[in-house]
Amino acid sequence: MEASIKQFTVSVYAENNVGLLNRISAIFQRRHINIESMNISVSEIEGVSRFIILVNMTEVNVKKIIGQIEKQIEVIKAFYHTDEETIYLESCMFKIKSDLLFEERQIQNIIKESDARIVTVNREFFVLEKSGRRHEIELLHRELSAFGIMQFVRSGRISITKDKMKITELLTEFKN
Amino acid sequence: MDVQTKLKQSYLNQPSEKISGAEAVIRCLIAEGADTIYGYPGGAIMPVYDELFKYQDQIHHVLTRHEQGATHAAQGFARISGRVGVAIATSGPGATNLITGIADAQIDSTPMVCITGQVPSHLLGSDAFQETDIVGISTPVTKWNHQITDATEIPEVLAKAFYIARSGRPGPVLIDITKDAQFGELDFTYKKCEGIRSYNPIPRVDKKQLSAAAELINAAKKPLIVWGQGVILGEAEEEFKAVIEKSGVPSAWTIMGVSAIPTSHPLNVGMVGMHGNYGPNVLTNACDVLIAIGMRFDDRVTGKLSEYATQAKVIHFEIDPAEIDKNVKTDVAVLGDAKESLKELLPLLKKNTHTEWLEKFSELSKIEFEKVIKNDLHPTKEGLTMGEVLKEINTQSKGEAAIVSDVGQHQMIACRYAEFSKSRGNITSGGLGTMGFALPAAIGAKMATPEREVVAVIGDGGYQMTIQELGTIFQTKAAVKIVVLNNDFLGMVRQWQQLFFDKRYASTVMTNPDFVTIAKGYHIEAKRVTKREELASAVEEMMASKDAYFLEVCVEKEDNVFPMVPSGASVSEIRLE
Repeated sequence: MEASIKQFTVSVYAENNVGLLNRISAIFQRRHINIESMNISVSEIEGVSRFIILVNMTEVNVKKIIGQIEKQIEVIKAFYHTDEETIYLESCMFKIKSDLLFEERQIQNIIKESDARIVTVNREFFVLEKSGRRHEIELLHRELSAFGIMQFVRSGRISITKDKMKITELLTEFKN
Repeated sequence: MDVQTKLKQSYLNQPSEKISGAEAVIRCLIAEGADTIYGYPGGAIMPVYDELFKYQDQIHHVLTRHEQGATHAAQGFARISGRVGVAIATSGPGATNLITGIADAQIDSTPMVCITGQVPSHLLGSDAFQETDIVGISTPVTKWNHQITDATEIPEVLAKAFYIARSGRPGPVLIDITKDAQFGELDFTYKKCEGIRSYNPIPRVDKKQLSAAAELINAAKKPLIVWGQGVILGEAEEEFKAVIEKSGVPSAWTIMGVSAIPTSHPLNVGMVGMHGNYGPNVLTNACDVLIAIGMRFDDRVTGKLSEYATQAKVIHFEIDPAEIDKNVKTDVAVLGDAKESLKELLPLLKKNTHTEWLEKFSELSKIEFEKVIKNDLHPTKEGLTMGEVLKEINTQSKGEAAIVSDVGQHQMIACRYAEFSKSRGNITSGGLGTMGFALPAAIGAKMATPEREVVAVIGDGGYQMTIQELGTIFQTKAAVKIVVLNNDFLGMVRQWQQLFFDKRYASTVMTNPDFVTIAKGYHIEAKRVTKREELASAVEEMMASKDAYFLEVCVEKEDNVFPMVPSGASVSEIRLE
């Protein structure tokens, strides 16, 4: 196992109970690991939450962290994956002056080429949304910066693994 | 929470009745067999105390003199009996005072349930009087915690709390109950918890791993077992003894594991770690197979990790998957409960003896005796040693007493020299190193096993951190024997200052009060010993006493504990002087 620091996606399947976020983030904090991004949502199983946590650390340590996350009572299962093992994306939103949309023809081209979507337009501003890989979002950000961005926000990473997650099997086992 | 937890079926048909949340708390405790609990009242927990008053014939509530004392007493209770210890406190400072004991129980895997009162739910988050976010504060040091804001949650949450605290690798659980939930009403039925779907307390033993382990052990020429508290927590003492006797493997212990087999066992080769025995430390770096059973390779055990048993194949028997490869890379990991794993391992082992290899331990033990043990136990100098006090306690208790130690030099001496003939004999703060642990822990231990002699061995520093618990002893008449080994120093720190900081004794000199007078102030029989010729009779008098007894032994001021693996050194670089 390499001792080099790499980017890993930690996915956690857990009960949707108060306080668990604290418990999980404390495990990273103890080892002085900065969380690059985090997303918590419902999962494919009713009542079960899924955490997607992006961290930069060594594989040796991410394995230890998985063990420590998994031993939390309300965690059903935790995994870690490299970028190659997942399909992932982020979302972002831009708020831009509406005038520009009509005055600067280039903006229209940028929107078309980047696969971004206009969410809303009014007299003052329009809102652009884009989902994709980080570099695509960064490219779009760079291109739009030239015209002036009123607001920008980017979400944490969400990802799906290529391999199977046997969570339902685990939960069925408990019932019997 | 219904889907997540499995409740015992037989309880499901019980008729329910309407009671208050506070009464429900007490009824849950009774259902879980908690007959002795420790705590301190205050505003936010008053409804529960009011019910404790009504149920005092069924639950003995011990009023400690500080909430920290309540947690350590609950820990002592749990450590000696294997039952879940219970501590209760009010919100705010009452709750925060529990934290040290909770952290101690977490790192030493002690089953404990703490119940705290909380401000009424409508005031949560408003910085109300005595409000503190105890669930947030205790999260990193609890196995589980939960806040109850509705009386109807109480039975299920408490059932879960006890189940989590005692199952698998045990640990502390904190339940915070708002005052309105204590006053609220519910239809009470109690169902014991039998499972939580996201929690697998005991991993199944993998037969393949088990036979791989047996193969390595059978083929080993120089195997060494290091066992920890897992053997005791898993109640696997018999299975463990059978395994070592059949395989003939020399076995060393961590301070949390000692007493699982009698000290006098011929395969017991002593203590590992920073102040452990010479033989097992040196030979850790000579063995060919290292078999760790129910221990977690603490840094005080391993010394410099990169030079720890690198030549050996490592087998790790462990209940907690997170411990595997955490510190030491294992070749074979056998997950599971120690009792079950060892039972299944036994038939796979070949009968063996390792006479020559065992002889190596005796040889090193002789060196240690000449350089260290002789001077500790049979001193010729004038000042009393801590070791000779322990030796005297051994002689008079015949190894049957439970020794409760605090933290520091006296603790290392107690762990090194105390002799045990019964399991659960050594109660000490291992992982957290909590000064002030011993006096309250001894109270809990004595109450859990009144028939057993409980001797607290404490330094003059740690004693004063929870000295107020003498009040608890006085009030409850707990017949705890207290031995303070007084060197007027914070001895272990002073030792490090001497060895590594050129004798700059920064804040380690203690100007101590008259301990005997203090004990007498609490009407506890007390004596001070300053000379060797007084020691035996004083210990005898203490052991003969039916009541609590305080014995201060003034020992040599600047004795050091050896052997010693200096911080950052390899275990085989252990120093004898």
